[in-house]
Amino acid sequence: MSKDETLGAALRRQGISRRGFLKFCAATASMMALPPAMVPAIAAALEKARRPSVIWLSFQECTGCTESLTRSHSPTVEGLIFDTISLDYHHTLQAAAGTAAEAAREAAMEENFGEYILVVDGSIPLGNPGFSTIAGISNQSMLLDTAKGAAAIISVGTCAAYGGIPHASPNPTGAVSVSDLIKDKPIINVPGCPPIPMVITGVLAHFLTFGAIPELDELGRPKAFYGKSIHDRCYRRPFYDKGLFAETFDDEGAKKGWCLYKLGCKGPTTYNACATTKWNEGTSFPIEAGHPCLGCSEPDFWDGGGFYKALSMPTEDIARTAVYAVGAGAAAGVALGAMSRAKKKRAEKAHKKVTIDDLEKGG
Amino acid sequence: MSETELLLWVRGPALQIATAIFLLGIVVRIVEILMLGRKKNLAEARGSAVAGGLRTMFSRSIPDRGTLQRSMFNVVAGYVFHIGFFVVLFLFAPHILLFQDVTGVSWPALPTPVVDATAVVTMIALLAVLVHRLLNPVMRFLSRFQDYLVWLVTILPVVTGYLAFHRVDVVPPPTLIVVHILSVELLMVIFPFTKLMHAFTLFMARYYNGAIAGYKGVNS
Repeated sequence: MSKDETLGAALRRQGISRRGFLKFCAATASMMALPPAMVPAIAAALEKARRPSVIWLSFQECTGCTESLTRSHSPTVEGLIFDTISLDYHHTLQAAAGTAAEAAREAAMEENFGEYILVVDGSIPLGNPGFSTIAGISNQSMLLDTAKGAAAIISVGTCAAYGGIPHASPNPTGAVSVSDLIKDKPIINVPGCPPIPMVITGVLAHFLTFGAIPELDELGRPKAFYGKSIHDRCYRRPFYDKGLFAETFDDEGAKKGWCLYKLGCKGPTTYNACATTKWNEGTSFPIEAGHPCLGCSEPDFWDGGGFYKALSMPTEDIARTAVYAVGAGAAAGVALGAMSRAKKKRAEKAHKKVTIDDLEKGG
Repeated sequence: MSETELLLWVRGPALQIATAIFLLGIVVRIVEILMLGRKKNLAEARGSAVAGGLRTMFSRSIPDRGTLQRSMFNVVAGYVFHIGFFVVLFLFAPHILLFQDVTGVSWPALPTPVVDATAVVTMIALLAVLVHRLLNPVMRFLSRFQDYLVWLVTILPVVTGYLAFHRVDVVPPPTLIVVHILSVELLMVIFPFTKLMHAFTLFMARYYNGAIAGYKGVNS
Protein backbone atom coordinates (compact mmCIF):
# COMPACT_ATOMS: atom_id res chain seq x y z
CA MET A 1 0.00 0.00 0.00
CA SER A 2 1.77 3.15 -1.13
CA LYS A 3 1.68 6.29 0.91
CA ASP A 4 0.16 8.26 -1.94
CA GLU A 5 -2.80 5.93 -2.38
CA THR A 6 -6.07 7.62 -1.46
CA LEU A 7 -8.40 6.19 1.15
CA GLY A 8 -11.05 5.48 -1.50
CA ALA A 9 -8.62 3.52 -3.65
CA ALA A 10 -7.30 1.62 -0.66
CA LEU A 11 -10.78 0.66 0.46
CA ARG A 12 -11.82 -0.48 -3.02
CA ARG A 13 -8.65 -2.52 -3.27
CA GLN A 14 -9.63 -4.22 -0.03
CA GLY A 15 -13.05 -5.13 -1.42
CA ILE A 16 -15.18 -2.45 0.24
CA SER A 17 -18.07 -1.56 -2.05
CA ARG A 18 -19.10 2.01 -2.76
CA ARG A 19 -22.36 1.21 -0.96
CA GLY A 20 -20.51 -0.01 2.12
CA PHE A 21 -18.30 3.05 2.09
CA LEU A 22 -21.27 5.44 1.86
CA LYS A 23 -23.01 3.56 4.66
CA PHE A 24 -19.98 4.19 6.84
CA CYS A 25 -20.00 7.87 5.85
CA ALA A 26 -23.71 8.16 6.70
CA ALA A 27 -23.19 6.43 10.05
CA THR A 28 -20.27 8.73 10.82
CA ALA A 29 -22.34 11.80 9.91
CA SER A 30 -25.26 10.79 12.11
CA MET A 31 -22.94 9.79 14.94
CA MET A 32 -21.24 13.17 14.82
CA ALA A 33 -24.66 14.86 14.69
CA LEU A 34 -23.96 16.35 11.25
CA PRO A 35 -26.82 16.98 8.81
CA PRO A 36 -27.43 14.24 6.16
CA ALA A 37 -26.37 16.77 3.50
CA MET A 38 -22.85 16.38 4.83
CA VAL A 39 -22.64 12.69 3.84
CA PRO A 40 -21.47 13.34 0.25
CA ALA A 41 -18.94 15.86 1.57
CA ILE A 42 -17.59 13.31 4.02
CA ALA A 43 -17.48 10.67 1.29
CA ALA A 44 -15.71 13.00 -1.13
CA ALA A 45 -13.20 14.14 1.46
CA LEU A 46 -12.44 10.63 2.68
CA GLU A 47 -12.26 9.34 -0.89
CA LYS A 48 -9.58 11.84 -1.75
CA ALA A 49 -7.76 11.83 1.57
CA ARG A 50 -4.13 10.81 1.40
CA ARG A 51 -3.32 8.34 4.07
CA PRO A 52 -2.23 10.61 6.87
CA SER A 53 0.87 9.71 8.82
CA VAL A 54 0.01 8.68 12.35
CA ILE A 55 2.56 8.34 15.11
CA TRP A 56 1.26 6.46 18.10
CA LEU A 57 3.13 6.87 21.38
CA SER A 58 2.42 4.53 24.27
CA PHE A 59 3.54 5.72 27.68
CA GLN A 60 2.33 4.57 31.12
CA GLU A 61 -0.53 2.42 29.83
CA CYS A 62 -1.79 -1.15 29.83
CA THR A 63 -2.26 -1.53 26.05
CA GLY A 64 -5.99 -1.85 26.68
CA CYS A 65 -6.66 1.09 24.40
CA THR A 66 -4.76 -0.55 21.55
CA GLU A 67 -6.54 -3.83 22.28
CA SER A 68 -9.88 -2.09 22.16
CA LEU A 69 -9.14 -0.61 18.75
CA THR A 70 -7.46 -3.53 17.07
CA ARG A 71 -9.23 -6.53 18.53
CA SER A 72 -12.67 -5.01 18.62
CA HIS A 73 -14.07 -7.25 15.87
CA SER A 74 -13.37 -8.90 12.54
CA PRO A 75 -12.47 -6.30 9.93
CA THR A 76 -15.20 -3.77 9.34
CA VAL A 77 -15.20 -0.59 7.35
CA GLU A 78 -14.10 1.24 10.47
CA GLY A 79 -11.31 -1.25 10.97
CA LEU A 80 -10.13 -0.80 7.42
CA ILE A 81 -10.20 2.95 7.68
CA PHE A 82 -8.03 2.46 10.69
CA ASP A 83 -5.73 0.14 8.73
CA THR A 84 -5.65 2.62 5.94
CA ILE A 85 -4.05 5.41 7.84
CA SER A 86 -0.30 5.28 7.64
CA LEU A 87 0.54 4.10 11.13
CA ASP A 88 4.23 4.87 10.99
CA TYR A 89 5.07 4.19 14.59
CA HIS A 90 3.29 2.11 17.21
CA HIS A 91 5.67 0.08 19.28
CA THR A 92 3.13 -2.64 20.03
CA LEU A 93 1.90 -3.13 16.48
CA GLN A 94 4.90 -2.39 14.31
CA ALA A 95 7.21 -5.13 13.10
CA ALA A 96 10.35 -3.10 13.56
CA ALA A 97 12.02 -2.98 16.94
CA GLY A 98 14.79 -1.14 18.67
CA THR A 99 16.82 1.28 16.57
CA ALA A 100 14.78 0.54 13.43
CA ALA A 101 11.55 1.44 15.19
CA GLU A 102 12.90 4.74 16.44
CA ALA A 103 14.30 5.46 12.97
CA ALA A 104 10.80 4.95 11.55
CA ARG A 105 9.41 7.50 13.99
CA GLU A 106 12.10 10.03 13.18
CA ALA A 107 11.66 9.50 9.45
CA ALA A 108 7.88 9.95 9.68
CA MET A 109 8.33 13.11 11.72
CA GLU A 110 10.75 14.58 9.24
CA GLU A 111 8.75 13.62 6.13
CA ASN A 112 5.42 14.87 7.42
CA PHE A 113 6.52 17.70 9.69
CA GLY A 114 3.55 19.83 10.64
CA GLU A 115 1.08 17.36 9.13
CA TYR A 116 1.15 14.12 11.03
CA ILE A 117 -1.37 13.12 13.66
CA LEU A 118 0.08 12.21 17.02
CA VAL A 119 -1.88 9.65 19.00
CA VAL A 120 -0.89 9.15 22.62
CA ASP A 121 -2.07 6.54 25.04
CA GLY A 122 -0.81 6.39 28.60
CA SER A 123 0.20 9.06 31.08
CA ILE A 124 3.59 10.72 31.39
CA PRO A 125 5.58 10.32 34.64
CA LEU A 126 7.26 13.50 35.86
CA GLY A 127 8.45 12.02 39.17
CA ASN A 128 11.55 10.50 37.59
CA PRO A 129 12.34 10.27 33.87
CA GLY A 130 13.46 6.70 34.42
CA PHE A 131 10.02 5.48 35.50
CA SER A 132 9.02 4.91 31.88
CA THR A 133 11.32 5.03 28.88
CA ILE A 134 11.24 3.87 25.27
CA ALA A 135 14.61 3.14 23.65
CA GLY A 136 16.21 4.99 26.53
CA ILE A 137 14.18 8.15 25.88
CA SER A 138 11.97 9.38 28.70
CA ASN A 139 8.27 9.65 27.96
CA GLN A 140 8.31 13.38 28.63
CA SER A 141 11.09 14.20 26.17
CA MET A 142 9.67 11.86 23.52
CA LEU A 143 6.27 13.54 23.80
CA LEU A 144 7.65 17.08 23.69
CA ASP A 145 9.89 16.18 20.76
CA THR A 146 7.21 14.37 18.73
CA ALA A 147 4.50 16.93 19.44
CA LYS A 148 6.51 19.71 17.80
CA GLY A 149 5.63 18.65 14.25
CA ALA A 150 2.15 17.31 14.91
CA ALA A 151 -0.90 18.84 13.23
CA ALA A 152 -3.05 17.64 16.09
CA ILE A 153 -2.77 15.33 19.06
CA ILE A 154 -5.34 12.71 19.97
CA SER A 155 -5.10 11.58 23.59
CA VAL A 156 -6.57 8.10 23.51
CA GLY A 157 -7.74 6.69 26.81
CA THR A 158 -8.20 8.28 30.20
CA CYS A 159 -4.49 7.98 31.12
CA ALA A 160 -3.37 10.18 28.22
CA ALA A 161 -6.38 12.48 28.53
CA TYR A 162 -6.47 13.02 32.31
CA GLY A 163 -3.71 10.93 33.91
CA GLY A 164 -6.02 7.96 34.50
CA ILE A 165 -4.98 5.10 36.76
CA PRO A 166 -1.28 6.08 37.09
CA HIS A 167 -2.49 9.51 38.24
CA ALA A 168 -4.71 7.94 40.94
CA SER A 169 -3.90 8.85 44.51
CA PRO A 170 -1.11 8.78 45.70
CA ASN A 171 0.22 9.07 42.12
CA PRO A 172 3.62 7.44 42.83
CA THR A 173 5.12 8.32 39.43
CA GLY A 174 3.92 11.92 39.31
CA ALA A 175 1.82 11.01 36.25
CA VAL A 176 0.30 13.81 34.19
CA SER A 177 -1.86 14.00 31.06
CA VAL A 178 -0.79 15.13 27.59
CA SER A 179 -2.65 18.42 27.97
CA ASP A 180 -0.72 19.12 31.17
CA LEU A 181 2.49 19.24 29.10
CA ILE A 182 1.44 20.42 25.64
CA LYS A 183 -0.25 23.79 25.42
CA ASP A 184 0.35 24.94 21.86
CA LYS A 185 -1.27 22.16 19.80
CA PRO A 186 -4.89 21.20 19.26
CA ILE A 187 -5.56 18.24 21.56
CA ILE A 188 -8.56 15.96 21.25
CA ASN A 189 -9.23 13.88 24.35
CA VAL A 190 -10.82 10.50 23.68
CA PRO A 191 -11.10 9.22 27.25
CA GLY A 192 -12.40 5.87 28.36
CA CYS A 193 -10.81 2.85 29.93
CA PRO A 194 -10.62 1.89 27.12
CA PRO A 195 -12.44 4.25 24.74
CA ILE A 196 -15.02 2.91 22.27
CA PRO A 197 -13.34 1.94 18.94
CA MET A 198 -16.01 3.76 16.92
CA VAL A 199 -15.20 6.98 18.74
CA ILE A 200 -11.58 7.07 17.65
CA THR A 201 -12.39 6.20 14.03
CA GLY A 202 -15.09 8.86 14.15
CA VAL A 203 -12.61 11.45 15.38
CA LEU A 204 -10.11 10.44 12.70
CA ALA A 205 -12.81 10.60 10.01
CA HIS A 206 -13.81 14.05 11.18
CA PHE A 207 -10.22 15.24 11.05
CA LEU A 208 -9.73 13.80 7.54
CA THR A 209 -13.00 15.27 6.28
CA PHE A 210 -12.77 18.78 7.63
CA GLY A 211 -9.06 19.10 8.24
CA ALA A 212 -9.98 20.42 11.66
CA ILE A 213 -10.71 19.00 15.06
CA PRO A 214 -14.34 18.43 16.06
CA GLU A 215 -16.18 20.61 18.56
CA LEU A 216 -14.93 19.82 22.04
CA ASP A 217 -16.40 20.15 25.53
CA GLU A 218 -14.56 21.88 28.38
CA LEU A 219 -12.66 18.67 29.08
CA GLY A 220 -11.40 18.51 25.50
CA ARG A 221 -13.73 15.68 24.43
CA PRO A 222 -15.60 15.65 21.09
CA LYS A 223 -19.14 16.75 21.92
CA ALA A 224 -20.56 14.39 19.32
CA PHE A 225 -19.60 11.41 21.48
CA TYR A 226 -19.32 12.90 24.95
CA GLY A 227 -22.17 15.40 24.76
CA LYS A 228 -24.66 13.38 26.79
CA SER A 229 -24.25 11.52 30.05
CA ILE A 230 -24.67 7.77 30.34
CA HIS A 231 -27.61 8.37 32.70
CA ASP A 232 -29.46 10.54 30.18
CA ARG A 233 -29.17 7.88 27.49
CA CYS A 234 -29.48 4.81 29.70
CA TYR A 235 -32.19 2.29 28.84
CA ARG A 236 -32.56 1.66 32.61
CA ARG A 237 -33.37 5.32 33.24
CA PRO A 238 -37.15 4.72 33.62
CA PHE A 239 -36.39 2.52 36.62
CA TYR A 240 -34.35 5.30 38.20
CA ASP A 241 -37.20 7.73 37.64
CA LYS A 242 -39.64 5.31 39.27
CA GLY A 243 -37.27 4.60 42.17
CA LEU A 244 -36.83 0.92 41.30
CA PHE A 245 -33.30 -0.11 42.21
CA ALA A 246 -31.30 -3.33 42.34
CA GLU A 247 -30.05 -3.60 45.93
CA THR A 248 -27.52 -6.37 45.26
CA PHE A 249 -26.10 -8.02 42.17
CA ASP A 250 -28.39 -11.06 42.42
CA ASP A 251 -31.67 -9.86 43.88
CA GLU A 252 -35.01 -9.67 42.08
CA GLY A 253 -34.33 -6.07 41.03
CA ALA A 254 -31.04 -7.06 39.40
CA LYS A 255 -32.77 -9.90 37.55
CA LYS A 256 -35.51 -7.56 36.38
CA GLY A 257 -32.92 -5.11 35.06
CA TRP A 258 -33.67 -2.26 37.46
CA CYS A 259 -31.47 0.79 37.95
CA LEU A 260 -27.96 0.21 39.35
CA TYR A 261 -27.68 3.56 41.17
CA LYS A 262 -27.54 1.96 44.62
CA LEU A 263 -24.76 -0.36 43.46
CA GLY A 264 -22.59 2.65 42.71
CA CYS A 265 -23.44 3.52 39.10
CA LYS A 266 -21.60 6.67 38.00
CA GLY A 267 -23.82 7.11 34.92
CA PRO A 268 -25.34 10.41 36.17
CA THR A 269 -21.93 12.12 36.19
CA THR A 270 -20.24 10.33 33.29
CA TYR A 271 -20.14 11.55 29.71
CA ASN A 272 -19.55 8.89 27.06
CA ALA A 273 -21.25 7.18 24.14
CA CYS A 274 -21.48 3.69 25.71
CA ALA A 275 -25.26 3.78 26.15
CA THR A 276 -25.85 4.57 22.48
CA THR A 277 -22.86 3.31 20.48
CA LYS A 278 -22.33 0.33 22.78
CA TRP A 279 -19.49 -2.18 22.55
CA ASN A 280 -18.63 -5.21 20.44
CA GLU A 281 -20.45 -4.08 17.33
CA GLY A 282 -23.35 -2.61 19.25
CA THR A 283 -23.92 -5.75 21.33
CA SER A 284 -24.02 -4.36 24.83
CA PHE A 285 -22.39 -2.06 27.36
CA PRO A 286 -21.50 -2.51 31.04
CA ILE A 287 -24.87 -1.40 32.44
CA GLU A 288 -26.69 -3.70 30.01
CA ALA A 289 -24.47 -6.52 31.28
CA GLY A 290 -25.63 -5.74 34.83
CA HIS A 291 -22.67 -3.79 36.13
CA PRO A 292 -22.75 -0.15 37.23
CA CYS A 293 -20.86 2.43 35.17
CA LEU A 294 -17.43 3.15 36.69
CA GLY A 295 -17.24 6.61 35.15
CA CYS A 296 -14.03 5.70 33.29
CA SER A 297 -14.19 8.60 30.84
CA GLU A 298 -14.06 11.22 33.59
CA PRO A 299 -10.95 12.69 35.24
CA ASP A 300 -9.98 11.06 38.56
CA PHE A 301 -12.53 8.27 38.12
CA TRP A 302 -10.26 5.97 40.12
CA ASP A 303 -10.47 8.27 43.15
CA GLY A 304 -14.23 8.77 42.94
CA GLY A 305 -14.91 7.32 46.38
CA GLY A 306 -15.32 3.68 45.34
CA PHE A 307 -16.88 1.96 42.34
CA TYR A 308 -19.64 0.36 44.42
CA LYS A 309 -20.45 3.41 46.52
CA ALA A 310 -23.60 5.25 45.40
CA LEU A 311 -23.12 8.79 44.14
CA SER A 312 -25.13 10.23 47.01
CA MET A 313 -22.82 8.66 49.59
CA PRO A 314 -20.01 10.76 51.06
CA THR A 315 -16.45 10.01 50.01
CA GLU A 316 -15.00 10.63 53.49
CA ASP A 317 -15.72 9.12 56.90
CA ILE A 318 -18.47 11.49 58.04
CA ALA A 319 -19.40 9.36 61.08
CA ARG A 320 -15.98 9.96 62.62
CA THR A 321 -16.25 13.69 61.91
CA ALA A 322 -19.68 13.65 63.58
CA VAL A 323 -18.38 11.92 66.72
CA TYR A 324 -15.50 14.40 67.05
CA ALA A 325 -17.80 17.36 66.41
CA VAL A 326 -20.33 16.24 69.04
CA GLY A 327 -17.52 15.61 71.55
CA ALA A 328 -15.89 18.97 70.90
CA GLY A 329 -19.29 20.68 70.95
CA ALA A 330 -20.16 19.14 74.34
CA ALA A 331 -16.81 20.20 75.80
CA ALA A 332 -17.09 23.72 74.41
CA GLY A 333 -20.70 23.96 75.55
CA VAL A 334 -19.80 22.92 79.11
CA ALA A 335 -16.93 25.41 79.18
CA LEU A 336 -19.12 28.25 77.91
CA GLY A 337 -21.91 27.25 80.29
CA ALA A 338 -19.49 27.26 83.23
CA MET A 339 -18.26 30.69 82.21
CA SER A 340 -21.75 32.14 82.17
CA ARG A 341 -22.50 30.54 85.53
CA ALA A 342 -19.39 32.09 87.01
CA LYS A 343 -20.42 35.42 85.54
CA LYS A 344 -23.85 35.07 87.08
CA LYS A 345 -22.32 34.30 90.48
CA ARG A 346 -19.99 37.29 90.28
CA ALA A 347 -22.93 39.50 89.40
CA GLU A 348 -24.89 38.14 92.34
CA LYS A 349 -21.97 38.84 94.68
CA ALA A 350 -21.45 42.33 93.38
CA HIS A 351 -25.11 43.05 93.72
CA LYS A 352 -25.78 45.57 96.49
CA LYS A 353 -29.21 45.88 97.94
CA VAL A 354 -30.66 49.38 98.07
CA THR A 355 -31.96 50.33 101.49
CA ILE A 356 -34.38 53.03 102.56
CA ASP A 357 -31.37 54.93 103.94
CA ASP A 358 -29.66 54.93 100.57
CA LEU A 359 -32.73 56.35 98.98
CA GLU A 360 -33.16 59.03 101.59
CA LYS A 361 -29.47 60.01 101.32
CA GLY A 362 -29.85 60.35 97.61
CA GLY A 363 -32.94 62.56 98.04
CA MET B 1 -11.00 22.83 39.77
CA SER B 2 -12.73 20.47 37.35
CA GLU B 3 -16.31 19.30 37.74
CA THR B 4 -15.14 15.89 38.96
CA GLU B 5 -12.80 17.40 41.52
CA LEU B 6 -15.60 19.71 42.70
CA LEU B 7 -17.98 16.80 43.06
CA LEU B 8 -15.39 14.87 45.08
CA TRP B 9 -14.75 17.93 47.23
CA VAL B 10 -18.42 18.55 48.05
CA ARG B 11 -18.99 14.85 48.78
CA GLY B 12 -15.88 14.65 50.95
CA PRO B 13 -13.99 17.47 52.69
CA ALA B 14 -16.77 20.04 52.29
CA LEU B 15 -19.30 17.68 53.82
CA GLN B 16 -16.88 17.02 56.69
CA ILE B 17 -16.52 20.75 57.34
CA ALA B 18 -20.28 21.31 57.15
CA THR B 19 -21.03 18.34 59.43
CA ALA B 20 -18.44 19.52 61.97
CA ILE B 21 -19.83 23.08 62.12
CA PHE B 22 -23.44 21.83 62.12
CA LEU B 23 -23.05 19.36 64.99
CA LEU B 24 -20.55 21.37 67.00
CA GLY B 25 -22.74 24.46 66.82
CA ILE B 26 -25.93 22.61 67.75
CA VAL B 27 -24.36 20.78 70.69
CA VAL B 28 -22.69 23.93 72.05
CA ARG B 29 -25.97 25.83 71.98
CA ILE B 30 -28.03 23.04 73.53
CA VAL B 31 -25.49 22.41 76.31
CA GLU B 32 -25.30 26.15 77.00
CA ILE B 33 -29.08 26.37 77.35
CA LEU B 34 -29.24 23.31 79.58
CA MET B 35 -26.46 24.64 81.82
CA LEU B 36 -28.37 27.84 82.45
CA GLY B 37 -30.49 25.70 84.74
CA ARG B 38 -33.80 26.67 86.30
CA LYS B 39 -34.40 28.54 89.49
CA LYS B 40 -35.46 26.25 92.29
CA ASN B 41 -39.21 26.39 92.69
CA LEU B 42 -39.98 26.67 96.40
CA ALA B 43 -43.68 26.22 95.99
CA GLU B 44 -45.18 22.82 96.75
CA ALA B 45 -45.65 20.68 93.61
CA ARG B 46 -49.26 20.08 92.61
CA GLY B 47 -48.44 17.78 89.74
CA SER B 48 -45.58 16.22 87.80
CA ALA B 49 -43.31 18.67 86.00
CA VAL B 50 -41.79 15.89 83.87
CA ALA B 51 -45.15 14.50 82.78
CA GLY B 52 -46.42 17.96 81.94
CA GLY B 53 -43.24 18.78 80.04
CA LEU B 54 -43.27 15.62 77.97
CA ARG B 55 -46.97 15.96 77.20
CA THR B 56 -46.61 19.52 76.01
CA MET B 57 -43.67 18.61 73.74
CA PHE B 58 -46.17 16.72 71.62
CA SER B 59 -49.50 18.36 72.38
CA ARG B 60 -48.30 21.71 71.03
CA SER B 61 -47.91 20.10 67.61
CA ILE B 62 -51.68 20.14 67.30
CA PRO B 63 -52.82 23.70 66.68
CA ASP B 64 -55.60 24.83 68.96
CA ARG B 65 -58.82 26.13 67.48
CA GLY B 66 -58.06 29.77 68.22
CA THR B 67 -54.72 29.71 66.45
CA LEU B 68 -56.23 27.85 63.55
CA GLN B 69 -58.98 30.45 63.18
CA ARG B 70 -56.65 33.40 63.48
CA SER B 71 -53.89 32.18 61.18
CA MET B 72 -55.16 29.32 59.09
CA PHE B 73 -52.70 30.12 56.29
CA ASN B 74 -49.62 30.08 58.51
CA VAL B 75 -50.57 26.79 60.10
CA VAL B 76 -51.46 24.99 56.87
CA ALA B 77 -48.61 26.34 54.71
CA GLY B 78 -46.17 25.87 57.59
CA TYR B 79 -47.18 22.27 58.12
CA VAL B 80 -47.12 21.52 54.40
CA PHE B 81 -43.60 22.77 53.84
CA HIS B 82 -42.23 21.23 57.04
CA ILE B 83 -43.69 17.81 56.29
CA GLY B 84 -42.73 18.13 52.64
CA PHE B 85 -39.17 19.02 53.57
CA PHE B 86 -38.92 15.99 55.85
CA VAL B 87 -40.38 13.66 53.24
CA VAL B 88 -37.95 14.89 50.58
CA LEU B 89 -35.00 14.80 52.97
CA PHE B 90 -35.61 11.46 54.66
CA LEU B 91 -37.67 9.37 52.25
CA PHE B 92 -35.85 9.84 48.92
CA ALA B 93 -33.85 6.70 48.12
CA PRO B 94 -30.47 8.38 47.35
CA HIS B 95 -30.74 10.41 50.59
CA ILE B 96 -31.40 7.27 52.63
CA LEU B 97 -28.23 5.80 51.14
CA LEU B 98 -26.33 8.80 52.53
CA PHE B 99 -27.79 8.35 56.02
CA GLN B 100 -27.14 4.63 55.84
CA ASP B 101 -23.52 5.24 54.91
CA VAL B 102 -23.00 7.63 57.83
CA THR B 103 -25.14 6.04 60.55
CA GLY B 104 -25.51 2.43 59.44
CA VAL B 105 -29.29 2.74 59.80
CA SER B 106 -31.58 2.35 56.80
CA TRP B 107 -35.30 2.60 56.22
CA PRO B 108 -37.66 2.13 53.27
CA ALA B 109 -37.94 4.91 50.70
CA LEU B 110 -41.09 6.37 49.21
CA PRO B 111 -41.57 5.80 45.46
CA THR B 112 -39.57 8.47 43.65
CA PRO B 113 -42.59 10.02 41.84
CA VAL B 114 -44.23 10.61 45.24
CA VAL B 115 -41.09 12.35 46.53
CA ASP B 116 -40.96 14.30 43.29
CA ALA B 117 -44.52 15.56 43.72
CA THR B 118 -43.85 16.34 47.38
CA ALA B 119 -40.88 18.49 46.35
CA VAL B 120 -43.14 20.52 44.08
CA VAL B 121 -45.73 20.98 46.85
CA THR B 122 -42.95 21.97 49.27
CA MET B 123 -41.59 24.60 46.91
CA ILE B 124 -45.09 26.02 46.34
CA ALA B 125 -45.72 26.17 50.10
CA LEU B 126 -42.36 27.85 50.72
CA LEU B 127 -43.07 30.42 48.00
CA ALA B 128 -46.51 31.00 49.52
CA VAL B 129 -45.10 31.70 52.99
CA LEU B 130 -42.63 34.17 51.46
CA VAL B 131 -45.39 35.97 49.58
CA HIS B 132 -47.46 36.02 52.76
CA ARG B 133 -44.52 37.43 54.70
CA LEU B 134 -44.09 40.19 52.12
CA LEU B 135 -47.78 41.06 51.74
CA ASN B 136 -48.88 40.91 55.37
CA PRO B 137 -47.96 44.30 56.91
CA VAL B 138 -47.38 42.89 60.40
CA MET B 139 -45.25 40.02 59.15
CA ARG B 140 -43.24 42.35 56.95
CA PHE B 141 -42.69 44.72 59.85
CA LEU B 142 -41.46 41.89 62.06
CA SER B 143 -39.19 40.37 59.43
CA ARG B 144 -35.45 40.91 59.58
CA PHE B 145 -32.67 39.97 57.18
CA GLN B 146 -32.25 36.63 58.94
CA ASP B 147 -35.84 35.63 58.25
CA TYR B 148 -35.27 35.98 54.51
CA LEU B 149 -31.87 34.28 54.78
CA VAL B 150 -33.24 31.17 56.50
CA TRP B 151 -36.07 31.05 53.97
CA LEU B 152 -33.52 31.12 51.14
CA VAL B 153 -31.24 28.43 52.55
CA THR B 154 -34.30 26.25 53.20
CA ILE B 155 -35.75 26.46 49.70
CA LEU B 156 -32.38 26.25 47.90
CA PRO B 157 -31.73 22.53 48.58
CA VAL B 158 -35.28 21.69 47.45
CA VAL B 159 -35.03 23.71 44.24
CA THR B 160 -31.50 22.53 43.36
CA GLY B 161 -32.41 18.95 44.23
CA TYR B 162 -35.44 19.15 41.97
CA LEU B 163 -33.33 20.56 39.13
CA ALA B 164 -30.62 17.95 39.69
CA PHE B 165 -33.11 15.07 39.71
CA HIS B 166 -34.78 16.26 36.51
CA ARG B 167 -31.37 17.17 35.07
CA VAL B 168 -32.66 20.52 33.85
CA ASP B 169 -29.93 21.43 31.41
CA VAL B 170 -29.28 25.01 32.56
CA VAL B 171 -25.82 23.83 33.59
CA PRO B 172 -24.35 20.34 33.08
CA PRO B 173 -26.20 17.87 35.34
CA PRO B 174 -23.09 16.92 37.39
CA THR B 175 -22.68 20.63 38.22
CA LEU B 176 -26.32 20.64 39.36
CA ILE B 177 -25.49 17.83 41.77
CA VAL B 178 -22.51 19.84 43.04
CA VAL B 179 -24.71 22.92 43.53
CA HIS B 180 -27.35 20.82 45.29
CA ILE B 181 -24.88 19.33 47.76
CA LEU B 182 -23.30 22.76 48.33
CA SER B 183 -26.71 24.25 49.08
CA VAL B 184 -27.31 21.58 51.73
CA GLU B 185 -23.87 22.29 53.20
CA LEU B 186 -24.72 25.99 53.32
CA LEU B 187 -27.89 25.13 55.22
CA MET B 188 -25.89 23.00 57.67
CA VAL B 189 -23.26 25.69 58.23
CA ILE B 190 -25.65 28.54 59.04
CA PHE B 191 -28.11 26.30 60.90
CA PRO B 192 -26.68 26.60 64.46
CA PHE B 193 -26.32 30.38 64.27
CA THR B 194 -29.81 31.27 63.10
CA LYS B 195 -33.48 30.69 63.86
CA LEU B 196 -33.11 27.33 62.17
CA MET B 197 -32.02 26.12 65.64
CA HIS B 198 -35.76 26.03 66.41
CA ALA B 199 -35.71 22.50 65.02
CA PHE B 200 -34.10 21.50 68.33
CA THR B 201 -34.86 24.32 70.78
CA LEU B 202 -38.57 24.11 69.98
CA PHE B 203 -38.87 20.90 71.96
CA MET B 204 -36.82 22.29 74.86
CA ALA B 205 -39.03 25.39 75.03
CA ARG B 206 -42.16 23.27 74.93
CA TYR B 207 -40.79 21.06 77.68
CA TYR B 208 -40.05 24.02 79.95
CA ASN B 209 -43.49 25.50 79.37
CA GLY B 210 -45.17 22.18 79.99
CA ALA B 211 -43.03 21.50 83.06
CA ILE B 212 -43.92 24.86 84.65
CA ALA B 213 -47.61 24.19 84.09
CA GLY B 214 -47.32 20.55 85.17
CA TYR B 215 -45.66 21.56 88.45
CA LYS B 216 -48.58 23.84 89.15
CA GLY B 217 -50.97 21.04 88.27
CA VAL B 218 -52.54 22.81 85.33
CA ASN B 219 -52.75 21.99 81.65
CA SER B 220 -50.57 23.95 79.30
